[in-house]
Amino acid sequence: MVDVAASPSDAVVLRRDEAGPAGAKPRHALSRRNIFLYGTLIVVALYYLLPLYVMIVTSLKGMPEIRLGNIFSPPVEITFEPWVKAWATACTGLNCDGLSRGFWNSVRITVPSVLLSIAIASVNGYALANWRFKGADTFFIILIVGAFIPYQVMIYPIVIILREIGIYGTLTGLVIVHSIFGMPILTLLFRNYFTSMPEELFRAARVDGAGFWGIYLRIMLPMSLPIFVVAIILQVTGIWNDFLFGVVYTRPDTYPMTVQLNNIVNSVQGVKEYNVNMAATILTGLVPLIVYFISGKLFVRGIAAGAVKG
Amino acid sequence: MSNSERPNQLFRNLNAKIASIPMVLTALVVFVGGTAWTVLYSFTNSKLLPRLNFVGLDQYHRLWATPRWLISIENLLIYGVISLVFSLVIGFVLAALLDQKIRFEDTFRTIFLYPFALSFIVTGLVWQWLLNPDFGIQRVVRDLGWTSFSFDPLYNSSIVIYGISIAALWQGTGLIMCLMLAGLRGIDEDIWKAARVDGIPMWKTYLFIVIPMMRPVFITTLVIIAAGIVKVYDLVVAQTSGGPGIASEVPAKYVYDYMFFAQNLGQGFAASTMMLLSVMIVIVPWAYLEFGGRRRG
Repeated sequence: MVDVAASPSDAVVLRRDEAGPAGAKPRHALSRRNIFLYGTLIVVALYYLLPLYVMIVTSLKGMPEIRLGNIFSPPVEITFEPWVKAWATACTGLNCDGLSRGFWNSVRITVPSVLLSIAIASVNGYALANWRFKGADTFFIILIVGAFIPYQVMIYPIVIILREIGIYGTLTGLVIVHSIFGMPILTLLFRNYFTSMPEELFRAARVDGAGFWGIYLRIMLPMSLPIFVVAIILQVTGIWNDFLFGVVYTRPDTYPMTVQLNNIVNSVQGVKEYNVNMAATILTGLVPLIVYFISGKLFVRGIAAGAVKG
Repeated sequence: MSNSERPNQLFRNLNAKIASIPMVLTALVVFVGGTAWTVLYSFTNSKLLPRLNFVGLDQYHRLWATPRWLISIENLLIYGVISLVFSLVIGFVLAALLDQKIRFEDTFRTIFLYPFALSFIVTGLVWQWLLNPDFGIQRVVRDLGWTSFSFDPLYNSSIVIYGISIAALWQGTGLIMCLMLAGLRGIDEDIWKAARVDGIPMWKTYLFIVIPMMRPVFITTLVIIAAGIVKVYDLVVAQTSGGPGIASEVPAKYVYDYMFFAQNLGQGFAASTMMLLSVMIVIVPWAYLEFGGRRRG
């Protein structure tokens, strides 16, 4: 079953198959196995795409059309008004400046958090891989096991620490929290990557007199750009999508986009405007989706590296 | 102990030690310290502010006598079993289908995985809309002529947790599929050839040869799913806010609400300690096998 050779006739059939499940009549080349295989995959794929499709069509309809029509039907009259409203004038509480505020808050949270967490974790992973000292592994194991501790256990002590330092409720505080909780996975990622690099490289640089930072900046950093890209993808999507830390460690005027989105959609006041809600939802999902579709295989590599120990 | 006696020991490899300060602080202060602090204060009667006024296991007695907590636990169990079983089965089947040397593998994989890039908030809100009884799937089917059709999981307290599980599975199975696919790709081609030569049917090869060989992948995946289950929070907040009533409450939400709204810190700490306990039951044996075994080997 492993070598299903794609003969030319097979290819034609498959392409037709791809056009739609209701397509061509079965031909002799279209084996029962292929019908089952591609049929299942296409049905599942449609199921996975359905919510995205419904989000997009709903956001392009007017409210009267939503009330009368079917959520799956394409819009009769396309309108971008819900998008404009979601971005610029949707209300959360007393503020009516739309999701744009949450968007810029999220940008101001995500960019420094990504940079700081990756800077810390890459140097840390490098130290663990090439400059091991006594006890380092113990801390590393605590770090990895700590990644599984439910955040709820550590939320309140961190509130106290941040309050003592005087940065509770600020974006700085949230950036630090993201750097702390990004550390286990990123350190693991970098440590494994640096460990897999040839030992001779490191030795040669040592012989040439390069020190800790010299080797990191001149050799390790330039040679490990792919893993940095993977880490950036992992962190941008993770931090952008965060809700819990945002809601705990920021105040309403500094809420990240996810928290603001939830407040807009689930607010009990006023008439529900489903088209605006869906436009707001797409807007919030757009950044990670763009990252995902551009990064392609690197995203997969990132989550696999994050998930499976090396 | 005076450090001056052996400065070499302490200052050797100094840069690496400096670089590890954030890790050491995180591990000791936040992970160990924070956890110990929360566990310690769960034995106090802290209300608005944390106070060291010990009351023994009172908070835990109260916790297990609170209907909302019991519902949260029940929901977590149902949600957990569904997530575990279905994401493993669906994830593995999808991975096995993609592993048949098919065309457009990348396209299919991209489609199955894209929900994983979305946040739980976005996921919850989309499915809230799809499952809306007045406009969503129920209405569409009724408009087709089946007027008695009923599908409103988010408004029916006896099945609301299943409605949440549907959204969670949509979001998370792609990840499991990718992990499984990586595991399947790690299986030697020769195994397949040998099985075929012996005339073993494909499903049997998967069930009795491939899956047992993928044991490490399954264990890792299981740990990841289990850790994710206990953390479930944003999805519920976005999709139902715990409703109708308290029918879809989960432990993580209980903790948050008691700490930051009900101003009953002691309850929040006790509940989060229970969450910790449940995770430890899964993690400790796994960590022991993973790290303990490797160091010996």
